[in-house]
Amino acid sequence: MEPTSGAAVSEQTFTPGTSSRALVELRHVDKHFGPLHVLRDVSLTVDRGEVVVVIGPSGGGKSTLCRAINRLEVIDSGEIAIDGRPLPAEGRELARLRADVGMVFQSFNLFAHKTVLQNVTLGQIKVRRKGRKAAEERARGLLDRVGVGTQADKYPAQLSGGQQQRVAIARALAMDPKIMLFDEPTSALDPEMINEVLEVMRQLARDGMTMVVVTHEMGFARSAANHVVFMADGRIVEETTPDEFFTAPRTDRARDFLSKILHH
Amino acid sequence: MFDFLQGYDVLGAFWTTVQLTLWSAIGSLLWGTALAAMRVSPVPVMRGFGTWYVNVVRNIPLTVIIIFTSLGLFQTLGVSLGAGTFTVINFRLAVLGLIAYTSAFVCEALRSGINTVPLGQVEAARALGLGFTQVLGLIVLPQAFRSVVGPLANVLIALTKNTTVAAAIGVPEAALLMREMIENEAQLILISAVFAAGFLVLTLPTGLFLGWVSRKAAVRR
Ligand SMILES: Nc1ncnc2c1ncn2[C@@H]1O[C@H](COP(=O)(O)OP(=O)(O)OP(=O)(O)O)[C@@H](O)[C@H]1O
Ligand SMILES: [Mg+2]
Repeated sequence: MEPTSGAAVSEQTFTPGTSSRALVELRHVDKHFGPLHVLRDVSLTVDRGEVVVVIGPSGGGKSTLCRAINRLEVIDSGEIAIDGRPLPAEGRELARLRADVGMVFQSFNLFAHKTVLQNVTLGQIKVRRKGRKAAEERARGLLDRVGVGTQADKYPAQLSGGQQQRVAIARALAMDPKIMLFDEPTSALDPEMINEVLEVMRQLARDGMTMVVVTHEMGFARSAANHVVFMADGRIVEETTPDEFFTAPRTDRARDFLSKILHH
Repeated sequence: MFDFLQGYDVLGAFWTTVQLTLWSAIGSLLWGTALAAMRVSPVPVMRGFGTWYVNVVRNIPLTVIIIFTSLGLFQTLGVSLGAGTFTVINFRLAVLGLIAYTSAFVCEALRSGINTVPLGQVEAARALGLGFTQVLGLIVLPQAFRSVVGPLANVLIALTKNTTVAAAIGVPEAALLMREMIENEAQLILISAVFAAGFLVLTLPTGLFLGWVSRKAAVRR
């Protein structure tokens, strides 16, 4: 390990292949929606195998941050690199990069006209160019793993929210992503279904998946996260361990927020 | 009572109507889909062309388009669409005109269908690494088509009736034969009734069948 010189260089540029630990790097990212400044000079590093939980008040820019990482949202300035490679512009190369970044949405977004099995094979066949048989085998394995193996031939609308979300996780995992992004994966679910989804995510974390999770589930943050990032008004206000964040938040903004979600 | 039908090939004329309808339907479905794809494409030139085409074509009377194919395309520019005899040339020109016209309506029906597909479907597809054409062809259009079977059935029924305009350039379809028979026979009301019934036989089952398909195909969300 060379301590300082390497770090100083990578402050300036992204050098492909050299930074071995960082999987996602955001540098001084800014983003506006019209007059609204939603990301203000956001810098964040997610290391390989790390689970980062992003938490904060509504409208703080958590979703935008998450979506910027696979360029569903285009940033105004700053840099984002995944595995040492800066995000390319819209096109074939970006599509290839997105295939390496799994995304799970609050509203599941399963393809409504395809069966559960087809949802999980589609990307493998059309993006990864796998054969149908291999893709189905992998899909069934993943569906079993998330506990919905028996639902393979149903359509999304026939499943409960918790089941749909687990299918969505399987769909993302089928691409063998380097990282998984979760944008409030449980906030559209009935309370009794939240845990089945969180359990799948905990298992993923234990298996070493790199994850960025926007969530207000403190139990999950405490048990699975390596870092908690507290975002408000487009800024990263605090970045620390879950224990420290929940027991001794450093900023008033975070204390205020925590008291609200603890005593609702 | 139906003696006046003697010596006229009514079935043959309706068969021509059916053929005009089928070829035009296939053609306008393809071209209409391409136009709809252009209208939602990220390329400004394509969007511009799609919008321009639909707005221009929708606002020209079909008769003008059909007569233009004959006078403009064939007689002035010599476009004969690979056919030898006048009958075949006129048939193909009429199909071309009907496609050009009907595709604008197919495009608009499809575009309204595309608008019913939630943005989340597109985002999930893009997040998987699918490109624009794949997102459109695998996710958006299949869902859009399912939600517009009803409106497309209306376009098809309108098209079936619109084929009568092909009479203007001498295509021997039902309306042309009807005009000929009305001139020759003294059975105005009966002749009209026979042809009206003929069109009902074509359009009613189509409407009922596609209504059923529409219910079957609807995407549950
Ligand atoms: N497409 C958009 N166009 C305009 N404004 C937007 C758009 N998306 C988000 N915003 C605005 O940007 C700000 C940040 O939104 P974002 O969704 O990132 O917040 P969030 O932290 O995820 O909030 P929540 O907890 O409510 O999901 C909000 O004020 C929001 O209204
Ligand atoms: Mg959000």
